[in-house]
Amino acid sequence: MKLNRRTVLGTITAGALALSMAACGGSDDESGDGDLASGEIIGSGASFPDAFYAAAIEAYGEINPDLVVTYSADGSSAGKEAFGQDLNDFAGTDSLVGDDDGPEAGSFQYIPTVAAPITVSYNLPGVEGVQIDQETLAGIFQGDITTWNDPALVATNPDLTLPDTAITVAHRSDGSGTTKNFSTFLDEATDTWTLGASDEIEWPEGSIGGEKNTGVATVITQTEGAIGYVDLADATETGLVTAAIENADGAFVQPSLDASTAALDGAVVNDDLSYNPLNAAGAESYAIVAPTYILIRTDYEDENVAAGVKEFVTYLLTDGQDIAADAHFAALPEALRTKALDALNETIA
Amino acid sequence: MTATSAPETPPEVDLGGEARSRRTDKGFTGLVTLAGAMVLIVLGLILVTTSFQAWPAIALDPIEFITGTRWSPSDEVFGTLGFLYGTLVTSIIAMIVAVPVSIGIALFITEVAHRRSRKYIVTIVDLLATIPSVVFGLVGSIVLIPWVTPIYQWWAGVVSPIPGLNAIFDETNTGRNYFTAGLILAVMCIPIITSISREVFATVPDIDKQGAYALGATRWEMVKGAILPHSFGGLVGASMLGLGRAMGETIAVALVIGGAIGINTNVFAPGNTMAAVIAQQWGESGGLHTDALIGIGVLLFAITVLINFLARVVVRRAELKMKGAHS
Repeated sequence: MKLNRRTVLGTITAGALALSMAACGGSDDESGDGDLASGEIIGSGASFPDAFYAAAIEAYGEINPDLVVTYSADGSSAGKEAFGQDLNDFAGTDSLVGDDDGPEAGSFQYIPTVAAPITVSYNLPGVEGVQIDQETLAGIFQGDITTWNDPALVATNPDLTLPDTAITVAHRSDGSGTTKNFSTFLDEATDTWTLGASDEIEWPEGSIGGEKNTGVATVITQTEGAIGYVDLADATETGLVTAAIENADGAFVQPSLDASTAALDGAVVNDDLSYNPLNAAGAESYAIVAPTYILIRTDYEDENVAAGVKEFVTYLLTDGQDIAADAHFAALPEALRTKALDALNETIA
Repeated sequence: MTATSAPETPPEVDLGGEARSRRTDKGFTGLVTLAGAMVLIVLGLILVTTSFQAWPAIALDPIEFITGTRWSPSDEVFGTLGFLYGTLVTSIIAMIVAVPVSIGIALFITEVAHRRSRKYIVTIVDLLATIPSVVFGLVGSIVLIPWVTPIYQWWAGVVSPIPGLNAIFDETNTGRNYFTAGLILAVMCIPIITSISREVFATVPDIDKQGAYALGATRWEMVKGAILPHSFGGLVGASMLGLGRAMGETIAVALVIGGAIGINTNVFAPGNTMAAVIAQQWGESGGLHTDALIGIGVLLFAITVLINFLARVVVRRAELKMKGAHS
């Protein structure tokens, strides 16, 4: 490089610009409140609540910009495994921790955060508000009931004219916590469901798989007579028509956030704060609500990280609950929320 | 004529500076050998580590692993035949569609197109290769499928009285099937096969082409007689490269194939391929399930190697035949 006047001038200007940028970007604690946690905390896990966590992280960033929270939606299994290997500070999971999932017993605490209904959406032009009872639902997704005007469906829908279109079942082609919750519901609530409860089901022939909730929603919109299980966020955004499902009390309830909170209200909460809102009782409760938890460590090595996790999760359980509805998630009922806050404060002193 | 006598002693040569260049030469050879060996080492490591990790799942029932059609991770039943079938069927469909089209494009570029427009056509075809696979999957899932489903249903209706064909093209309620996946794979393979075919066609000696014309051949007869025989080996090689891409393509297939498990002779029915099932089920898998998925990966790797090997055999045989005819 020739050392002429232009090069020298250019280098000096660039250097001056860089230095001034660095000076501006330095830690500028304008807030003056030394009590807020700072640093960085890393979480990973379930993709089901990702929309809510992403919105919460953004809103939280405006309250406390010094604490950087990252959450990567790698899946519940990946999150639990990373938690067990000390690779993240908190994990998101839709399912409880099993023996070979990673985290050792006693090293974590469940903190329920939000819940969301799993809708049963369908594509039948001109037919709205189909009511499906539990046994019929099992029959449809097993492949036993194959047309929309089957007697079982007609019996629960006296006001509707159901066509004889063939029913096409839409399901998840990828392994999914949503599938697990849906199949667990059918397994617990009915006697005729034979396909078991897991995140991979052997669906009947003639069913179509889609990738993720968006894939299933796309399959439903593209196929007349299709019926599938989709989370509320995707069903609402794709504009799908949802069915009212029979709950434990025999009431047919449409999936909505209020109906989900009602279902959580009636659920039995275990000592470790895990709970099962599926097949809830109550006149207003929706039958298929999926819970999701955050796993926090009972023992954090780094005090700053512990303080950061505590502050962020407290936010999720207090002001964060107000933004859950925008992301199509149901906030926790008061009793459960208080229990969660107590557990959080006990675990991280 | 005076005899010239050789000098008594050989001329003085300075060998001192040669030592450094000999070392450099040795160093260069060593480095390059290392690079070559690196490829073999990496390939070997991949094979060994994946087989090792997959063993617990395969050991459960090795025969069942390859020949079974039932895949149920929660029951620890792992049968990959359905996925093998899916990979083969989608790849075959892709090749049937892509190879004639690519050869046609390559012939068009080398024989028919105006010399000045060749560059632009080549650029456009190469642009197709730069589109990311996931975009193909999205376009297939959202745009192609609604458009193509009625065509499948119409064709199934047309073919239904013909035995044999009506098992392959049977009724369907969806565009998410082997055939759509094959179509999308074909579009992704066309740029690769075209580009290599084009270069192979360019190596055909002008003499052969002019000779054919001189004998009174039409353009098509010239192509059939002079270009295609000469390039057969290269075309097989190009198709094999395309086939390799088709067999390994993951996300585009996963989005349009419908995720059904098992074998279905109806190409208009949903299915699954080896690469797609790994991508779909990996995230939520654990323990034995993960090992089984890695096992599928090993299987895919082995099949790809086998097909590449077969391709080389075919190409070598074709070249021997051609060289024999030419000599």
